[in-house]
Amino acid sequence: MKKNMHPAVTPALRKSPTGIIGLDEITGGGLPTGRPTLVCGSAGCGKTMLAMEFIVRGAVESGEPGVFMMFEENEAELTANVRSLGFDLDRLVKQKMIALDHVHIERSEIEETGEYDLEGLFIRLGYAIDAIGAKRVVLDTVEALFAGLPNHAILRAELRRLFRWLKNRGMTAIITGERGEGNAITRYGLEEYVADCVITLDHRVTEQISTRRLRVLKYRGSAHGTNEYPFLIGERGFSVLPITSLRLDHAAPAGRLSTGIARLDEMLDGQGVFGGSSVLVSGAPGTGKSSIGAKFADAACRRGERTLLFAYEESSAQILRNMRSIGIDLAPWVKKGLLQIHASRPALSGLEQHLVAMHDMVQAFRPAVVVVDPISNLTLERSEAEVMPTLMRLIDFLKQQQITSLFTSLTTGGTGTSAPEDSEVGVSSLMDTWLLLRNVEFNGERNRLIYVMKSRGMAHSNQVREFVLSDAGIDLVDVYLGADRVLTGTARVAQAAHERAAAELRREDHERKLRLLAAKRKAIEAQIAALNAEGEAEAAEVQFAIAQESLQETTTQQDSAAMAQLRGGSKAGNGRTKGKR
Amino acid sequence: MNTMAETRTYDLRLYVAGQTEKSLAALVNLKRICETHLAGQYRIEVIDLTKTPQLAAGDQIFALPTLVRRLPEPIKKIIGDLSNEERVLVGLDVQAVKR
Repeated sequence: MKKNMHPAVTPALRKSPTGIIGLDEITGGGLPTGRPTLVCGSAGCGKTMLAMEFIVRGAVESGEPGVFMMFEENEAELTANVRSLGFDLDRLVKQKMIALDHVHIERSEIEETGEYDLEGLFIRLGYAIDAIGAKRVVLDTVEALFAGLPNHAILRAELRRLFRWLKNRGMTAIITGERGEGNAITRYGLEEYVADCVITLDHRVTEQISTRRLRVLKYRGSAHGTNEYPFLIGERGFSVLPITSLRLDHAAPAGRLSTGIARLDEMLDGQGVFGGSSVLVSGAPGTGKSSIGAKFADAACRRGERTLLFAYEESSAQILRNMRSIGIDLAPWVKKGLLQIHASRPALSGLEQHLVAMHDMVQAFRPAVVVVDPISNLTLERSEAEVMPTLMRLIDFLKQQQITSLFTSLTTGGTGTSAPEDSEVGVSSLMDTWLLLRNVEFNGERNRLIYVMKSRGMAHSNQVREFVLSDAGIDLVDVYLGADRVLTGTARVAQAAHERAAAELRREDHERKLRLLAAKRKAIEAQIAALNAEGEAEAAEVQFAIAQESLQETTTQQDSAAMAQLRGGSKAGNGRTKGKR
Repeated sequence: MNTMAETRTYDLRLYVAGQTEKSLAALVNLKRICETHLAGQYRIEVIDLTKTPQLAAGDQIFALPTLVRRLPEPIKKIIGDLSNEERVLVGLDVQAVKR
């Protein structure tokens, strides 16, 4: 990854990583190896801290021993100052990974007469370098010499010699310097001597909120990020945001994540959002943004994924209580360590500081899902031009880490004529999925509607759903589309009852008709049976008559035969027959 | 000021780096000034930092040559080849002896 970052670097130019989060990314790998780098800025802007971290991280992470020569603080002060960041200088000094040397110049003790040079400084530095086999050197700040020595001509010549000497010894060095008046980079023009790499630090206060910024002014022989980058001196030391702003090459996972709300997943192509994507939930106050955020976090925890929730409106206890009221119990996840809630006031520090702090926490906790509620509070009083790049960096960073993020945002537009989505146009372009919540006031009540404004890479629903919060949780309900507007809330319920009643009626009607039909069928069957019976009776009568007649005939024949016999067996039986008649 | 207790009160250290022109000039100048103005009251120790670099930090040496007045207190430092006698005397806080 790092190899693609600085194609402009000649193979000859080696770089020494500073180990400082973000700075190595901006410089494409670190400071030029074996050359001096000038770090300048006004008092209190973090020069010493940057230089110190360069030495400590060099020793600990890169295994390169370093000499820290200081002209202002003494060893004890410096050790105490950096201990709060978790750097144990005493131990590193004992391990011969770091050498500290405090050059104390007391103007009132010093008289100048005749020729001299700064060979003493060279000897001290050389001695310290040799003692630990140093590869890195810091001079903080060498400009103190200007205050201590009146003969600046000698000083300048000697500094030039010093920097050349450092280069010849192959030291990767940081020289710090005070920012000069006006456009001057440094007060005494050190940039003339140290020309390989120049980094400026800045500390500004706007709207009563301070922001620290870093810029790589010059980096000979190497491409570098030229923007101003916000940085923070936080609990884990110096961090420069942003890590990834130079690129747009994050992977796009095809995996999908549930939002925790089944009907919402349905609207998002039936599968929810893409893993590693960013989701914006915007809406007017009280539309249920935080609830969606909490549900999202809850769903992630249910999947066993670590989740980081940044809250800028409510304390974590308040969030736990409030979310329980809508059936989302986050407390077990917090106890399990799956969910971390960081609640702070947005006005506590500037946007950059918040983002750097978020960045640090993300680095430390390594979550799969991040929820920010709400992001709009961070951007208060800030112009969009300022906010956009910073947010972009955060989102890029999260995407780079394949972290799925959900940001809620308060829209300023009302429910009236101006569309509430207008106030989100800037931020939304950074987001992959945008859910808009809207209040509708109708029929004497306010109800919430949810729209999927966009969702990149999926066939999302274009339907409006009603968003219902209850103690059973969150649900999305189909709205009823009336003649001229959608029906929600009690109007929807009334409509549903109405439709239910109509259906009931229809059902009863059908049953009645079926019953009638059955009765009719029975009557017909009875009739058929009667007719059948009649037919059978008639048939029996006919058979009886036939039988009677054939019997008569037989009997007559027998009688004739018998009579003939009686008359003597002659065949002339006519007389008798006649006689009988 | 001429009691025996005052003898050898000036404990001086001259830091140099090898046998450079400036080092040699500083030592010559220092000896001359001391002999002239502090005869019998001084002690000079020459420290060559190219041989004992570890001693540089102790007296906070950064420029060379540097003359350190360790005694009497407070510590005073004079940097340079000591070519300006007047300034050396001011630096050492010594009253010039009129010849």
